[in-house]
Order: sequence, then C-alpha cells, then structure tokens
Amino acid sequence: MILVFIETREGKIKKSSIETLGEAKRRADDLGTTLGAVLVGPGLDGLSLPLFVSGASRVFLLENGQFAQYSSQGFAAALHELVKEIAPRAVFFAATAMGKDLAPRLAAKLGAAVASDCVKIEVKEGKLEFTRPVYAGKALLTLRLKSAPAVATLRPNVFAPAAAQTAAGEVVKRSVEIPDGAIRGRVAEILKEKGEEIDVTEADVVISGGRGMKGPENFALLNELAAIVPRSAVGASRSAVDSGWIGHAHQVGQTGKTVSPNLYMAVGISGAIQHLAGMSSSKCIVAINKDPEAPIFKVADFGIVGDLFQVIPALKAELKKLFE
Amino acid sequence: MNILVFVKRVPDTESKIRISREARAIVEEGLNFVISPNDEFAVEEAIRLKEAKGGQVTVLSVGPDEALVVLKKCLAMGADEAVLIKDEIKEAYDGRRIAVMIARAVEKKYPGADLLLFGKQSVGADNAQVPSMVAELVGLPQVNVVTKLEIEGGAGTACREIEGALEKVAFSLPAVISAQKGLNEPRYETLKGIMAAKKKVIPVVTLEELGLSGDDVAPQVEVVKMETPAGRQAGKIISGTPEEAARELARLLRHEAKII
Repeated sequence: MILVFIETREGKIKKSSIETLGEAKRRADDLGTTLGAVLVGPGLDGLSLPLFVSGASRVFLLENGQFAQYSSQGFAAALHELVKEIAPRAVFFAATAMGKDLAPRLAAKLGAAVASDCVKIEVKEGKLEFTRPVYAGKALLTLRLKSAPAVATLRPNVFAPAAAQTAAGEVVKRSVEIPDGAIRGRVAEILKEKGEEIDVTEADVVISGGRGMKGPENFALLNELAAIVPRSAVGASRSAVDSGWIGHAHQVGQTGKTVSPNLYMAVGISGAIQHLAGMSSSKCIVAINKDPEAPIFKVADFGIVGDLFQVIPALKAELKKLFE
Repeated sequence: MNILVFVKRVPDTESKIRISREARAIVEEGLNFVISPNDEFAVEEAIRLKEAKGGQVTVLSVGPDEALVVLKKCLAMGADEAVLIKDEIKEAYDGRRIAVMIARAVEKKYPGADLLLFGKQSVGADNAQVPSMVAELVGLPQVNVVTKLEIEGGAGTACREIEGALEKVAFSLPAVISAQKGLNEPRYETLKGIMAAKKKVIPVVTLEELGLSGDDVAPQVEVVKMETPAGRQAGKIISGTPEEAARELARLLRHEAKII
C-alpha cells in the first residue's frame, strides 16, 4: 500500500492532498499495490468519499478530540501506530507547512529517510524514484530511498489529481489514545492576514512585484489584479520585501518560497538568479519591465517592455473584460 | 538559558551551480560557501535571548573542516562557543543522518539545553527535515518556520508561517525551533567580535566520540542522478502601446496558452 496523509483545514480537504493522492494512485498502480488515505482529527465522518473517488481502497480515520488543533507530536504518534500496523510501502504527504513539519517527525520514529518536496515520481526496476529540486531549483536530484517505508513530501501545484474512480472501499475508524504529557506543543490560534486566503505556493496565478514597484502603496495595483483573477496571490522579490513594502510571507525566491503556478507574472522584477530559482518551474511566465535587458525576459514566455504603471492599469481593464 | 544553535555551510545563493553528471554531485570547486541564510536568523535569535535573559549560546555545525569558517562567523556575531561535529561524507541530501548525529551530540554533551535553534531549511539540500527529526529523536516539541518567538519561564509561544496565515503555537521548554526570515534582522560581526573569535578554539568532535558507527550514519538516500533543469527559452516580446500590449497579452494567456 501507498499511504497518503490527507490534510484538512477548517473541516475541508486541501487541494494539495488530493493532488498527492492522485500521484500516489498512479504510482501504486505501477507497483501493483493499493492506495490508502489517512486523516487525523475529530469530526472526520463524511470526508471519505472524495478519497475513494481518487482511488483509495481504504480510508483510515484516526480520531481524538485533541486533534482539533495540530500538534506535530500528537499527529506523528497517531500516524506511527497506524504505519507500524499496516506496514505501507510508502507514505506520502503534500509538501505544505503541515506536511513538511510532520513527515520528518514521523520518519524519525521509523528510522527512515525522507524525499522532500518532490516534483516527479517514477517507478524504475520496481523501485520508487523521486526527483526534487535542490539549490532552490538550480539542480534536480533524482534519488531512491534505501530505508523503508519510503517517506516523501510532494510539492503542491505540480501533480494532477487522479481520474475519477468508482467510489468503493472500506472506512477504518480508530480512536487514538494520547498519554498525558505526550504533547508539549500545540497550535493555540490561527492568525489570518485580513482578506487573504491563498498562499503563493498554492495559487494558480502569482502576480509578483519587485523594485520597479517603487513603493509599498503601489502593491495595491497588484492586489487589484489578484482580486480579478481567480485563485491568484500576490508575490514579491527579495528587494521589495527587504524594503518593507510587503510581508516576507510573499517573498518568492531562494530565501523565500518556491512556486509553480500555472501563470507567474513578474512585474518590475529584474530577475536575479535567486528569484529565478524560486519561480522557474512556473508553467507560464510573463515579465513586465521597462529594462529590455532585464534577465527576467530570458525566462519569460511573454514579455512587455514598458512602464508598469501604464501597462498594469491597461491589463487590469483587459482582465476585467475576461472575468466579468 | 542554555541555547544550542545548529548551522550549515552551503554554497552562496548567488552561485551558479555546476553539475558533474558522472559524480552525480555538484561541482564544489570555485564555489563560495557561506552560512545558510536561514541559520543566521537562528544565531541572531539565540544571541538576543541570551542578551535579554542571560545564559550561554553554543553553535554547532556538522560538516568538514571547512565549516570552521562558518562557526567563526557565529562566534564573531556573539556566540559564546562553537563546536564542529566532523562528518567526512559530502552532501548526501539525507537529513536523517545529520539529525542522528545532532541528537546524539545533544544527549551526550548538552542534556541541559533549553532551546535548540535551527534555520528552517538549509539553502542547498532544501530538505527542511533536520529540526523535526532532531525534535523527535530527542523527544522535544518543535515549531518550524518561526517568525516570532517569545519565551517566558519554562514555556513559550511561536508564530509560524502556514499557507496564507500564521499559526501560533504554545509549547513548553526544552523545545526545537526553526527560524524563518522575519524573525529578526541578523547583526553584522563587529571588528571586536572578529578579533575575539580568532582567539577562540573550536573543538572538533568525531562521530566515534559520539558513539556512532558508520552504519548509524550511512546515507539512506541513493543519488540516482543530478541534472541541470531544462532551461527556459526566451519567449515573445509583445510590442505596441501599453493598451495594445495589455490586450494582446490577455488574448495570448486566454486563447493561446489557455491558462486564464
């Protein structure tokens, strides 16, 4: 079995978990094995159906009221018990904030190595091969894991969900015991930036601003574009973040986040090597910059050489026509 | 407070990475190596905590002798002591083996540590594995990707970045924290600090001294290949007035690239 950890937020399954399940289904088929999904929390009833539709044959619900808030110790302990019992060949997580926090903790319990932030998975000679960017995407590493089970995290926005299957399978429900004092750190509160929903790592469209934005007030132009385009988020270059124009959670690049959206728009960004490392795997790149020599144009599918303060309002009008 | 900080020597982020396909590794020759940028936030936070609450900051690195330069920098920033855990194996992209070494060092040499600070991930292997693995191996709570940290008595709260929000985590000490940009603004070394760091001896601990065998730390990651990603081709420059260019761009995105 390949077991996939399914992450929920506010009672809903995350899109990246469905993507991970899709890839796990395809690789499980290659290996001739089954697909399982595991959820941790209270109130998991009713979440199984989309997992069966994605090809899972068994869905494990690990329940405890204390799992209403995430804790790496609690979640890892619950998963560990299950993994010991069912001995899956591999355990996959989406490489989200939670997945990246949890997968290595579980792996350490299992004495297993982890393939982090994978962008491609293949089966060769009956073995799983993981490809992942290193040096922020300046190199691609393909590896096999000698330890078992194979623990991997899969980058969001890279893998396709599975084609819909006939939904059939078994729900296995367990209530998990947590010894007193076993959890010494847990989420107390989730603080949201006002009105912001989608992170740059999860957005289908990322609209990023750089030094050319000239000041924090001009990021409003990009926010206005993002408000028109569905599933979009505003990103930024390091220099815009370091100037204090926008929060560091928006930074794309080697010391920020690595993104792979369908569309990446670099607005007033010259394209330093560290920035290119963080966004070069985007499916389509658009560059808008007044300097025709800017390195960003060398990676852009479409470029506009011009003053962003003229181009962006014009583009806003065009996008409005498309989406309204 | 007794604080341990773990740092790694990595290629400068400005480096172009060359690859030897035969060696299935990057070419280290000609690369400039620095402390991993995320680790600087961890060192800075440790020094600030010490300045506020007293205590001791010890910086450790796992790596070859060349990592001593990175440890010297941390001493010059204001760390009290530095230790090198000597690992002869080159980058194996296997966080587990590094975590095993660190966990053993913590248990054997620093059982009274209050706080273990890391960068959220090394800029290079980009694994983001070691802090969580060490936390598990030593039996401590963890908070990763932290942009705000408050310690009061034997407990703390940390804000960590998650998708589109911050998660506020309450934990008890001792604990593992990994630092993210935004936590603080790392200081530059002062001349005085650099001079003082020069005089300090950095002890080197071997894996044998930690009671670790070759098998304990054998890489479990088998590198199949290392490649340069397929380069992108420069595409189409759209000409015309801003209005014309914007209209054409919207058309191309919708009807040719079909992505919006």
